[in-house]
Amino acid sequence: MADLEEPELLHLGLESLHEELGGKMVPFAGYRMPVQYPEGVLKEHLHTRAAAGLFDVSHMGQVILRPKAGMDDLKLAFEALMPVDVLGLAEGRQRYGLFTDESGGILDDLMFTNRGDHLYVVVNAACKAADIAHMSAGMPGVSVEPVTDRALLALQGPGAEAALEAVLPGVAAMRFMDHRVIGDIWVSRSGYTGEDGFEVSVPEAQAEGFARKLLAQPGVAPIGLGARDSLRLEAGLCLYGHDIDTTTSPVEANLVWAIQKARKAGGAREGGFPGAARILRELAEGPQRLRVGLRPEGRAPMREGVELFAEDGTPVGRVTSGGFGPSVNAPIAMGYVARAHAEVGTQLMGEVRGKRLPVTVAEMPFQPTTYKR
Amino acid sequence: MKYTKEHEWLRVEGDHVVVGITEHAATQLGDVVFVELPETETQVAEGDEVCVIESVKAASDILAPIDGEIVAVNQKLVDNPGLVNEDPTGAAWFFKLKVDDLSVLDQFMDEDEYQDLIG
Repeated sequence: MADLEEPELLHLGLESLHEELGGKMVPFAGYRMPVQYPEGVLKEHLHTRAAAGLFDVSHMGQVILRPKAGMDDLKLAFEALMPVDVLGLAEGRQRYGLFTDESGGILDDLMFTNRGDHLYVVVNAACKAADIAHMSAGMPGVSVEPVTDRALLALQGPGAEAALEAVLPGVAAMRFMDHRVIGDIWVSRSGYTGEDGFEVSVPEAQAEGFARKLLAQPGVAPIGLGARDSLRLEAGLCLYGHDIDTTTSPVEANLVWAIQKARKAGGAREGGFPGAARILRELAEGPQRLRVGLRPEGRAPMREGVELFAEDGTPVGRVTSGGFGPSVNAPIAMGYVARAHAEVGTQLMGEVRGKRLPVTVAEMPFQPTTYKR
Repeated sequence: MKYTKEHEWLRVEGDHVVVGITEHAATQLGDVVFVELPETETQVAEGDEVCVIESVKAASDILAPIDGEIVAVNQKLVDNPGLVNEDPTGAAWFFKLKVDDLSVLDQFMDEDEYQDLIG
């Protein structure tokens, strides 16, 4: 959403801590956020993969969904908004979800957690107002409660477990996508970097002290949004508004893994979500185009917007995210290409500054993930 | 040393002008990951895009600050783009220009004027 007037930037609770740490503050999704610290994007990225990175992601939308009737009513109401199995998610577990629209496009992607008598949802910052309206309108039997008094921190990397365990004993026993409520702190073993790690929701009043305790642990460094983007790109994860949006379906976006058997053709609760006709058809017949990984041949990054061509010059697609992958030490990208050109190993050309340079369809993730399953 | 508003530095070396980007520019760009240099023995005009610099954040250009002939380029930057961040005003020069009249440099800022611009 492009605002015509310069909008007033929103401020988050840890702003003064970021400034004290030398964070370079920029507008992001309406908030004043640290894009990097003095170490810089490259070193912050590598530090996260080697030790542990602390990210402030408090701009994201935290929402509680509480049933007015029973939990099953809530789960089924939530399933009516997403091609995802909500009913089958066990208590204390988290899952990736997608809101779809009537044409099968993606309104937002999100994480949701079954917390026994309610669901806890985390949505993208730029979409949160629309998501809250969408959930309220789409689930009349559900109380949609935005959580506005909590910070959200992510601790990611091979050192994350030891660092968080020292501050919050017990978390080391959690597995990938587990969720625990420890006192008034909410912990999920998940993240957006491809590394093992945690996302921790902390009451605002305690957030700075909590962040300082984590930063005092060996190997923990603050990491800005710049490295967050290169880390998620190496992990092959989508950025909403770039790699997925209302013009892309979950099947085109190669997110079929997020659509469980129960919601597919022949499943116990087949269809019944917005855009089901298109999404089920694409599942059966294959989509017209597919999100793929891309490896440019030389050193020149291919960024968002680069047009892709077959070797014979036919236009076949476009890059949606791209840049330099510090851990793979090479340029990497993802984008959409016509299905006939989506096979791993297919040679394409990407147009950079008027020159067509070779690029190969590649496996994702670019960097092996280290989730603790 | 002379400076342009585009955050390039210009240093006279014999009858050649060596061109690079300032420390301020390198810091603003962030970690440089890719550099594309011009061909030598090419004639360039003021304002021509002669180099491409890509950092982890974005792509940007170096424009020719004056008319001249490219007589040398710093191939080290292609193999080690990070040199731009490590030593922007020394080892990380981009190209050398042969110009007819060195007095064209008089139009550019000196150190104090440039410090005022970025201060």
